[in-house]
Amino acid sequence: MSSDVTPKRRRRRAFDWSTAAIAAVSLAAAAMIYWRDGAEQFLAILGSDLTLFGEMLPKVLAGCLIGAFVTLLLPREMVARWVGHESGLTGLLIAAAFGVILPGGPITIYPVAGAFLVMGADAGAVVAFIVSWTLIGYTRALVWELPFFGSEFVLWRIVEALPLPILAGLLARIAVRAGFAHDHKQDKS
Amino acid sequence: MTLAINVLLWLVVAILAFVAASRGRILLNSGARDGVIEFFMLLPRIGIGVIGSGFIAEVLPKELIGAWLGPESGLTGVVIATLGGALTPGGPVVGFSIGAAALKSGAGAPQVIAYSTAWALYAIHRLVMWEVPMMPARIVWLRAAVSLPLPFIAAVMAMLVGKP
Repeated sequence: MSSDVTPKRRRRRAFDWSTAAIAAVSLAAAAMIYWRDGAEQFLAILGSDLTLFGEMLPKVLAGCLIGAFVTLLLPREMVARWVGHESGLTGLLIAAAFGVILPGGPITIYPVAGAFLVMGADAGAVVAFIVSWTLIGYTRALVWELPFFGSEFVLWRIVEALPLPILAGLLARIAVRAGFAHDHKQDKS
Repeated sequence: MTLAINVLLWLVVAILAFVAASRGRILLNSGARDGVIEFFMLLPRIGIGVIGSGFIAEVLPKELIGAWLGPESGLTGVVIATLGGALTPGGPVVGFSIGAAALKSGAGAPQVIAYSTAWALYAIHRLVMWEVPMMPARIVWLRAAVSLPLPFIAAVMAMLVGKP
C-alpha cells in the first residue's frame, strides 16, 4: 500500500496525547515535591528548568526558521533526483548529508525517502538517509533535543552519531547482497 | 559555547533569509511566517516536557537509577536503556522528557544515548504509522533490521570517546 499523496493529517498540533501524559506525570511529581520538600525546593527546580528553557528559545526559533527556509529553497524533487543518480560510497554520503539538511517530521521525510527509490537510489542510500535524519537531523536536534539536554550534550552525541548512517547504509547493502531483501534495481550502469 | 552556537545559527538564518529575499519578497515573508508559526506551535509541548522532566527527575529514586543506568552500570545499563527506548510509546515529548529526567537523576551519558538512539530508531508505532504506508515494506524491515546494533554502537563510542 504505497501512496505518494501526503495524508491530510496535520503535523502541526500544539498539544497531543503524549504531551498530556507527560503533563499529568509532571504535575503529580511537582505536587509531590511541593508536599514533601516544601515550596522552596519546588521553586528552585522550577526556576532552573525555566532558565534552561529560556536560554534555548532563541536556538529553537532559529531552528524553526532554518527549517522553514530550507523547505522553501530546496525543492525535494531535486534532492531525490540527485540522490537517485549517485551510487557507491558517494551515494551513501550524499544521502546521509541530505538526512541532516532536510527539515521536517515523518510526514515529509518518508515520502522523500520513497521518492529516492523511484529515482533510482538503492536500499543502502535510503537507509542511510532515514537513519541520518533520525539521529543527526538538525531540526530535531535544535528544536527538540537542545532544550532538554543542553548544547554540550547534544553536540557530543551528534559527533559520535556521525558514522552511524553510513554504517547502517553499508549493513543494508550487505544484507541486500546476501539476499535478505531483494533490491528492485538489478543493474546500475 | 552557547553564544557561539547562537551566533552561528542566526548567521545561517540570515543567509537563508537573504537568499530567499533575493528570489522575491513573497518567499521571504512566507518562510519567516512558517518558521514563527512552527515555533509557537512547538512551544507548549517543549515547555511542558522540559519543565516536567525537572520535576520527574527529582522524584525518581536516584539510587535505583544510578545502580541500573549509572555510569558504572556499563553494558548491562546500555542493554536496559536500549530495551527501555524500544518500549517507550508516544511522541518526542515522552522520549526526550524521560531521557532528560534519567540524565538529571544520575543515569550515565552513554546509557542515555543508548536510550534515545533506540527510542528514535526502533519506535514501533512510528514504523507502523509512518514508514509502512509510505515506503515499500522490504525497505522498512531492512531499515529496522540494520538499526538493531546502532544504539549499542553509539553507546560504546560514547564510552570510548568520553565526554570532552
